[in-house]
Amino acid sequence: MASMKSQAEYVLRTVEERGVRFVQLWFTDVLGRHKAFHVTPAELEDALDQGMTFDGSAIDGFSRIQESDVLARPDLSTFQLLPWYDEGAGVARVFCDITNIDGTPFEGCPRQQLRHVLDGARAEGYTFFVAPEIEYFYFEDLDPSREPRPIDRGSYFDLGADDVASQLRRRTVLMLEEMGIGVEHAQHEDAPGQHEIDLRYTDAITMADTVMTVRHVVKELARQSGVSASFMPKPLANTPGSGMHTHLSLWRDERNAFIGDGPYGLSELATKFIAGLVHHAPEITAVTNQWVNSYKRLVPGDEAPVAAGWARFNAAALVRVPSVKPGRIDSTRIEYRSPDSAANPYLAFAVILAAGLSGVRGDYELPKEGEQAAPLPESLAQAVDLMAHSKLLLETMGEHQVEWFLRNKRAEWDAYRAQVTPFELERYLPLL
Amino acid sequence: MTIDVVLCVPSCEGPVRKAFEVTGVTPAVASTGRLNEVAALEPAGGFAGAVINASAFPFSEAMNLCRQLRSRERGARPIILLVDHYQLDDLTFREDLFDDFVVGPFDVSELATRLRHRLRRAGNENVAPRVEHGGLSMNLETYQASITGRVMDLTYMEYELLRFLATNPNRVFTRETLLSRVWGYEYYGGARTVDVHVRRLRAKLGEEHANLIQTVRSVGYKFGTNAERVND
Repeated sequence: MASMKSQAEYVLRTVEERGVRFVQLWFTDVLGRHKAFHVTPAELEDALDQGMTFDGSAIDGFSRIQESDVLARPDLSTFQLLPWYDEGAGVARVFCDITNIDGTPFEGCPRQQLRHVLDGARAEGYTFFVAPEIEYFYFEDLDPSREPRPIDRGSYFDLGADDVASQLRRRTVLMLEEMGIGVEHAQHEDAPGQHEIDLRYTDAITMADTVMTVRHVVKELARQSGVSASFMPKPLANTPGSGMHTHLSLWRDERNAFIGDGPYGLSELATKFIAGLVHHAPEITAVTNQWVNSYKRLVPGDEAPVAAGWARFNAAALVRVPSVKPGRIDSTRIEYRSPDSAANPYLAFAVILAAGLSGVRGDYELPKEGEQAAPLPESLAQAVDLMAHSKLLLETMGEHQVEWFLRNKRAEWDAYRAQVTPFELERYLPLL
Repeated sequence: MTIDVVLCVPSCEGPVRKAFEVTGVTPAVASTGRLNEVAALEPAGGFAGAVINASAFPFSEAMNLCRQLRSRERGARPIILLVDHYQLDDLTFREDLFDDFVVGPFDVSELATRLRHRLRRAGNENVAPRVEHGGLSMNLETYQASITGRVMDLTYMEYELLRFLATNPNRVFTRETLLSRVWGYEYYGGARTVDVHVRRLRAKLGEEHANLIQTVRSVGYKFGTNAERVND
């Protein structure tokens, strides 16, 4: 059985057998950015045993007034060789939880925040499964001084000549499969250079780790091919942005608890969960769409949602109830469509689950299909204001994270607000 | 390949069962030391050895069985005796009846190491710590698995699940059984965790070998090479 000791033994022996030269200890800051330590095999045993101490004040969202030292503790179950490194000089990764020096969970660690929410759900008998669809762009480069240039001109489901981008996407999918990441399918999206990878459902903590891994693999393989990948929510004006539509289901006693006799084969639990999502959507948007740029994607006209509501078919609905194939009733699920590919997956899944569950706990009533309950925030400033008054977020993310998030995001908005944009120059300079 | 069968008397539970799993040999469990019961379990090629737990049934009966196994034309060597501390004295002048012994409480890794070591010394080179099945090869000592010579990069739980399935081929396990036998602790995904890991293992095995792990509809999973449609 999976004792810590045998897991550590497995990891150490594999490092030895496979000639691993470095182990990357991966973790995520509050904004969902990927961080890593690199340790040599010699240091590994200590790192596995005691964790790695580091000064958290340099990491976004980790700084505190008093104690700044924190501990990265490897989650050994996530140890995995990274297949794009050379045989014989291998590199492996392991995800870490961040704790205080005394071993208690550190309140700024998004991975543990998600774990906390999942534990709450589990105490009520629920298991939460997620399956995101991750959209992103391949560009020639990421030079910020000019408009990014997509590396292909294809569009939705195009089967064109075998271009670089399709080859790249295919290689990425194979690499992910090799790492044990199940890919449901991958396709060319609406916009030139835009691609999508749909992942097979897993529990939320595994999936949040997976999303971090996928972003890393996509970028790494693009770099190796001399191009660049970006998960920026809206890199090109007049072109659809990159979302991370997330399929959700709750299970109880090994059964899909969303299955029932309600509308579209949904259970009462599912309708309350949807009601919770619709009700709390405006306040959690600051987390699912956390950048100034995120709100350029959530505009009318495209298929991105702009208001809280649910529907079966309307592609612009915030919550959609996908059709289930006959005989595949277990795949009954709902789809939450506002998150973008640049969200922190740990916090995004945590707040989505919390919002849905509060609908279940509070017995919320499902609004009418197609009804727009409330608009989603139109800007980061609005989103942050809604967050500041959200009891749900305070409970889900904790005071430390909410406070830091508000401060950081207000500063981002202020920096943005002070800009004079090309739009203004073009429109006003000749005129005014 | 044929997996070596080692006689195990009078039961195969707890650390003993685990040691068999780690070693990758199949136990043939006889509940008594009676030779006709033992003989009925014997595979065509004979037993590769015997593990006799003298602390779990009458000592004289255990010694009798050892003696009978020794005197048969097709014996079972090695014989490993499991004894309680107070039985140590009784082993004096009976050293010819067994090849090795382990004193309880039984430690899985000691038991497995002795079993493996003795099997090897008896010229049984192909026994564990290797499990081989349909192109899959697992070295249980180094924790490395490969499929048709290609090394597989597995996480710990993937490795443990694959090892469990591959050491119990052609047996159907429910998700719940796999969860309790392999994970042994509650995990976020519940029994669906097993599905997720099976999917990952199939991905790592590659398309050609993915059907080494078969879905048995509405029951669970089994490991095996006999051609059957994978319902998934």
